[in-house]
Amino acid sequence: MNYFLSEELRDIKELCAEIAEKYIIPARAELDEENRFPSEIMKVMADSDLCGIYIPEAYGGSAEMFGGGSLALCVATEELSRACGGVAVSFAANALGAMPILISGSEDQKKKYLPLLASGSRMAAFALTEPEAGSDAGGVKTRAVRDGDHYVINGTKQWITNGGEAQIYTVIAQTDPSRGARGLSAFIMEEGTEGFSYGKKENKMGIRASATRELIFEDCRVPVENLIAREGFGFIVAMKTLNRSRPGVAAQAVGIAQGALDEAAGYASQRVQFGRRIDSFQGIQFMLADMATQIEAARALVYSVARMIDAGEKKYEKESAMAKVFASDVAMRVTTDAVQILGGYGYMKEYPVEKMMRDAKITQIYEGTNQIQRAVIASALIKETAGGKR
Amino acid sequence: MRFVVVVKQVPDTAEVRIDEEKGTLIREGVPSILNPFDEYAIEEALRWRDELGGSVIVVTMGPPQAEAVLREAVAMGADEAILLSDRAFAGADTLATSNTLARAVSRIGDVDVVITGKQAIDGDTAQTGPSIAASLDWPQVTFVGKVRQLGDGVMVAERYVEDGCEVIRASLPVVITLLKDANTPRLPSLRGKMKARKMEIPVWGIDDLGLEPGKVGLDGSPTRVVKVATPEASSGGEIHRGEPGELAALIVDRLLGGEVE
Repeated sequence: MNYFLSEELRDIKELCAEIAEKYIIPARAELDEENRFPSEIMKVMADSDLCGIYIPEAYGGSAEMFGGGSLALCVATEELSRACGGVAVSFAANALGAMPILISGSEDQKKKYLPLLASGSRMAAFALTEPEAGSDAGGVKTRAVRDGDHYVINGTKQWITNGGEAQIYTVIAQTDPSRGARGLSAFIMEEGTEGFSYGKKENKMGIRASATRELIFEDCRVPVENLIAREGFGFIVAMKTLNRSRPGVAAQAVGIAQGALDEAAGYASQRVQFGRRIDSFQGIQFMLADMATQIEAARALVYSVARMIDAGEKKYEKESAMAKVFASDVAMRVTTDAVQILGGYGYMKEYPVEKMMRDAKITQIYEGTNQIQRAVIASALIKETAGGKR
Repeated sequence: MRFVVVVKQVPDTAEVRIDEEKGTLIREGVPSILNPFDEYAIEEALRWRDELGGSVIVVTMGPPQAEAVLREAVAMGADEAILLSDRAFAGADTLATSNTLARAVSRIGDVDVVITGKQAIDGDTAQTGPSIAASLDWPQVTFVGKVRQLGDGVMVAERYVEDGCEVIRASLPVVITLLKDANTPRLPSLRGKMKARKMEIPVWGIDDLGLEPGKVGLDGSPTRVVKVATPEASSGGEIHRGEPGELAALIVDRLLGGEVE
């Protein structure tokens, strides 16, 4: 389908396809098997100017060239995910980590940190989740206590994508426990800050090329100028960040699904059973047709939401959740069907589709489970109905 | 330091099919690509420019659509590009091609190093690089696997040949042809791709280069491809053992006897 992407956006797509072909596809099985972070590929992406596509020119990026950066990030993430969802999320998680600064940071914070991320010389990560605060983000226990011109932070963050690989972290911590979600605040924390260390590196089902790690804060002193927005604004910063980043997860899901369809269609055109190519059987044809249609519908939704954000629309929480929930459910179905079409071969690690199926699963879980997304959509719907808006 | 990289647009031989009856390549519908060896030439020039400063100018001779490979080079980081294109250049063999390319190098002026791939994957002659050097009357170092040192009027390079490695010191300006051992070509950058798309590429024809019609194109080409054929695979062979003298006599007899073509 023609989405009339600008020449600049097509440049991104082409470049990512080239990186995928030359660097990601030859390495993905090994990165998955060894649970290894793709540092070399991250370097290639930085050298190719891909790290600044969502950051404004004033801070060293090139977002204006692509009409805002949301669609640019989606196009890049989708194309990279077509080859490997784990490598793609390592790239996209930088944007998630940068988003609190981009959305709510002060001019000084933007000038200090964004150019480092735009050039790719540093990586970023977003730290919200804790052992007891997942879907219930308001339940964050990590404490930040003001002490003169510093905050003293204590606590543990869990399952942090790019943890241990990033140098710049945006961390949500509790500054006023009596106020619950309204007592949360967002901080910028640099690697090497005293009292900040890394914990266990997770052994995951999928996206195994990406680093997922614990962050440990023990009397970690962060200067007050690293507070994002104001005390008590942490929850709002986190929600705005996730609303903005969800189309990226959706794009990852579309890419994984497309990669699986490519494999399944290619296999079905080669595999001969009962003396015929299996794509001549209607049973396989209908599966492929449904997979292709679902992917296209997901892509159309994701691009539309990204374009809405790029156009400056302020309210997109519901649409962003819809894109994420729809695309990730499509990714799970399509990758499962791809394994089915490849049959016994699909179940073997010599073929890439079983990995795609494992990679797809996380897109239904992270950055808000699909159940939370449905709650967000329903709550918006109920509000609209109550307000007489249709 | 000023580098000129000479590149060629070639059919993607991975995609080429052969007309079984005529024994020729079917060119229709075959994508054109930058000659793979030339990617290494571009990378080498970019690396030395990044280290020493200066500029990289990429040049190709070909039909108007050959500018696609120049844009690829600019996307990788080349500073300028020039297309040599003129109906009069059509049908050139390696001599006429290198005459034209050498004249372009002279016109660019103040060039320190001309780099090109060791050969093009379509003709596989490996003649154009050396022939440019001959035409310019510059030193040449072919089959370079590593450029060790460059600057102060001197280049030191390793030349990989069948039985080893020659280390050659040459004065500048120099022409070198590069092997794939030399480096790993970089990918284009996003900024490079945008610059490449917008760049106006000058086209130089026969008049711009001040060349006579008899020196370029088909008229300037003393060689002709008479036939392209797949040689029959030789089989068998004979093995003789004995004293060197006896064996030499045997070979001479066979040659003189017309038994061996």
